[in-house]
Amino acid sequence: MKTFSYARARDAAEAVTGFTPGTMYLGGGTNLVDLMRLGVAAPDRLVDVSRLPLDGIGFAGETLHIGAAVRNSDLAAHPLVRTRYPMLARAVLAGASGQIRNMATVGGNLLQRTRCPYFQDISRPCNKRQPGSGCPAIEGDHSNLAIIGHSDHCVATHPSDMAVALAALDANVYLTGPDGDRVITMPGLHRLPGDTPERDTVLEPGELIIGVELPPPPPGPSTYRKVRERASYAFALVSVAALLDVAEDGVIREARLALGGVAHVPWRARHAEQALRGAPATEVAFTRAADAELAHAQPLARNGYKVPLSRNVIVRTLLELMP
Amino acid sequence: MIEITVRVNRAAHQLTIDPRMSLLDLLRERLRLTGSKKGCDHGQCGACTVLIDGRRANACLALAVACDGADITTVEGLADGDDLHPLQDAFIRRDAFQCGYCTPGQLCSAVGMLAEQGPSAVTADLAEDPPVTAAEIRERMSGNLCRCGAYVNIVAAIEEVAR
Repeated sequence: MKTFSYARARDAAEAVTGFTPGTMYLGGGTNLVDLMRLGVAAPDRLVDVSRLPLDGIGFAGETLHIGAAVRNSDLAAHPLVRTRYPMLARAVLAGASGQIRNMATVGGNLLQRTRCPYFQDISRPCNKRQPGSGCPAIEGDHSNLAIIGHSDHCVATHPSDMAVALAALDANVYLTGPDGDRVITMPGLHRLPGDTPERDTVLEPGELIIGVELPPPPPGPSTYRKVRERASYAFALVSVAALLDVAEDGVIREARLALGGVAHVPWRARHAEQALRGAPATEVAFTRAADAELAHAQPLARNGYKVPLSRNVIVRTLLELMP
Repeated sequence: MIEITVRVNRAAHQLTIDPRMSLLDLLRERLRLTGSKKGCDHGQCGACTVLIDGRRANACLALAVACDGADITTVEGLADGDDLHPLQDAFIRRDAFQCGYCTPGQLCSAVGMLAEQGPSAVTADLAEDPPVTAAEIRERMSGNLCRCGAYVNIVAAIEEVAR
């Protein structure tokens, strides 16, 4: 591991002031420390933001504010999150292990990097790690990589479960940085790879996530369903965050749907949502909505299984949410 | 080099360390507390699990410098002299290991897990704090791998203590 200097910031302003080129912010470290050990990340300086006084969860009017330093386990265990935003509690609980959820922060979870095997292996080319070096995943092992929104330069997926629920909930991400504060609505924080896959997000150098705000959820039950290669402690092959509000007459008033494990971003399934609104809440309509989204999928040679898997996971999850 | 203070198993230590040092290496190499094991060194196996300020965590993923001021408990700190922690006792009686390499991590993880509140991924009703069933234990302990496959007896030992 390359050597670096370390400083613990007392507040967000001090963290931003302490940012110089080559600096990285350190949250729980569960991804960054590993990437440093692998040689994928090599910061000159770490500014530790894991103990900033941004560790509260509470209502500000109608919206629920979650500090960026809140640990994943505290987020999932919070009574307001469990009762008002069940898809978020379920998404967080579906990620990682008890140990890692105790360490990982909300801000760090959003900024974790892809687990694409080529990105994590510095002996291989990777456009995300080394722009212009190529993407061996396209011809190689991409069985768990993207099926939608990818490019000729990168087929990586975003690994977060939490971000998928935040995308479905229209969560606002609060940022502070050298040029001031701003707010980005999910899933707008993350970006498609295009020809600049080295940029996962729209964050500018020195910008720091200070919190996430959840607007009041639409009425209706919600959940998160994750399919993976083992029963627990694995990244998603496909996951879905879903909310369904069905009127008395059986017509869908509102639907929220976002997919994980399929794209470079937490994928808000707006085509499917549009197909669901106003449709009867039936398995036929759910399948049609899933197909409306997956019509845009462009699976690679060895990950075509994710298309029917996504369809089935969407349909099964919506059926589970039927009144 | 940077100076930190940590409490480990109720004893305070002032140490000058390289900022690259993990908490796991600090425990093993500097304090000679070799109970915590280095399995994968990537947070995937759980053999390095310790309690940081009472909460279970992977010591391999924690930078020691980021633990300045923290209170650490390792497997060496679970027993009270010759009186084993109830989980240690249950692991022995239930034969909850074969080679023993993952055991310190399993024990610290189980101690931390039993103190945690709230639902897990297998809890049906999110509003409830579920009872500690075998299914809940299996899910909550999924961050601790056992290559010998002693899971059946590990679950039984934890279930016994939880009751």
